[in-house]
Amino acid sequence: MTDKLEKLAPWLFVVALFAIWEAACRIFSVPNIILPAPSAVWAAMVRFWWPLLTNSFVTLWTTTAGFLMAVGFGLLLGLVVGWSRTIYRGLYPVMIGFNSIPKVAVVPILVMWFGIGEIPAILTAFLISFFPIVVNVATGLATIEPELEDVLRALGASKLDVMRKVGIPRAMPYFFGSLKVAITLAFVGAVVSETIAANRGLGHLMTQAGSNFQMPLVFAGLIVLAIEGIAMYAVTAWLEQRMTGWAFRSQGSAGG
Amino acid sequence: MIDIENVSLAYAGRGGPVLAVEGLNLAVAKGEFAAVVGPSGCGKSTLMKLVTGLVRPTTGAVRVNGAAVSGPVKIAGMAFQNANMLPWRTVADNLLLPLEIVEPYRSQFRSRKAEYKARVEDLLATVGLGGFGHRFPWELSGGMQQRASLCRALIHEPSLLMLDEPFAALDAFTREELWCVLRDIWERLRFTVVLVTHDLREAAFLADRVHVMSARPGRIIETRDVSFPRPRDLDVCYDKAFTDIVRDLRDKIAEVRKA
Repeated sequence: MTDKLEKLAPWLFVVALFAIWEAACRIFSVPNIILPAPSAVWAAMVRFWWPLLTNSFVTLWTTTAGFLMAVGFGLLLGLVVGWSRTIYRGLYPVMIGFNSIPKVAVVPILVMWFGIGEIPAILTAFLISFFPIVVNVATGLATIEPELEDVLRALGASKLDVMRKVGIPRAMPYFFGSLKVAITLAFVGAVVSETIAANRGLGHLMTQAGSNFQMPLVFAGLIVLAIEGIAMYAVTAWLEQRMTGWAFRSQGSAGG
Repeated sequence: MIDIENVSLAYAGRGGPVLAVEGLNLAVAKGEFAAVVGPSGCGKSTLMKLVTGLVRPTTGAVRVNGAAVSGPVKIAGMAFQNANMLPWRTVADNLLLPLEIVEPYRSQFRSRKAEYKARVEDLLATVGLGGFGHRFPWELSGGMQQRASLCRALIHEPSLLMLDEPFAALDAFTREELWCVLRDIWERLRFTVVLVTHDLREAAFLADRVHVMSARPGRIIETRDVSFPRPRDLDVCYDKAFTDIVRDLRDKIAEVRKA
């Protein structure tokens, strides 16, 4: 019984949230232009299902493209940074500096370079999401047990051997763990860029709807964003479980 | 087999160079079981690294197998207090790891993998881990992991086995069990062993010769031959002669700790 309840709990909370929202809007007769009730949002979703769908695909594609670039670049840079202490020392402050720039501030530059469209969105998604991947991969490599490295080096293993046999497999849980963070950030980056300068995408759709005072549509966009975000997070979380199950199972064992 | 002559090793510490060992002399004959005991921080791990060629001495010479050590010796197997098994590999695959690295196995690894796998199973069986090859290390108890770690150190049939407090993290009963595992496998293969340990009974039970190291900077200040007949039984630990040796060693270490 409690097991069932636990499984149902997330859904119950979502339903409750919408119910309270709907009730509050009706009881206090909140105008649609301030906070549309879920029923109005739903109506907007049904009415504008086509633009919502096509624009969410645009956002999905820009996010995915930026995310994949971040995965490739982040993995590569992470390996390089984790490889040598000197590179780590040299590059780390630069990366911290770069990462602390709010990426919204970069969007106008990207627009100047690449024009309004999908490329700034992709690049913003990329720029905002590669950092956690780099840090995680580098951490995984840098924290190889020194004794294990001794065992291998005493056998004549090269640095490359140590990396291939131990470092890289060891960094994989860190890598897949960082993907969950990265995909969320990439999504934020893409939507932020679309909101500022784009002619397609959910961010763009919501800005347009906002300037036309179509608040139900703005909220419909928000809900679609939430659904899309959850779905992408779920995919990476599933991937993590699948690829590095050993890292989860080994927790709590004596020597793992 | 091992010849350490008047070796000192300094490394850069916070307040200038620190001497880990100084005036270190140690000789271990081929096939000998040597134990090194001493207070903590006496540079025993430095000794391990010197012999395996992971660090070079600042002064003096280290010779293994007659040749001066100038890089990783490649003929040594190592095991530490922590079993350090790779959690993403099965026990058998963990044991194969040294064969993937050290020559001549490395270049024949693909073509002779089946043979190597059989060898892994045989070795596991000799330490009482028969049939555990397909398990993951984290499914094993601490004692079993340590057995596997010992196997990993021996899979490439090294002529030298370097052990750095390999049984320190185990409970007393498991530890004695593993003493016997090590004893049996050594009786059979007769490789040279350097066992670094805090446990004086362990040293006296297993070794032919026990070396006592001084506090930092470490050097050998006393060498005791342990001449009980082999194969030794755990009962030997309760002999008067055995307890006398242990007490002597203990007194000696208490002396160095005070100095």
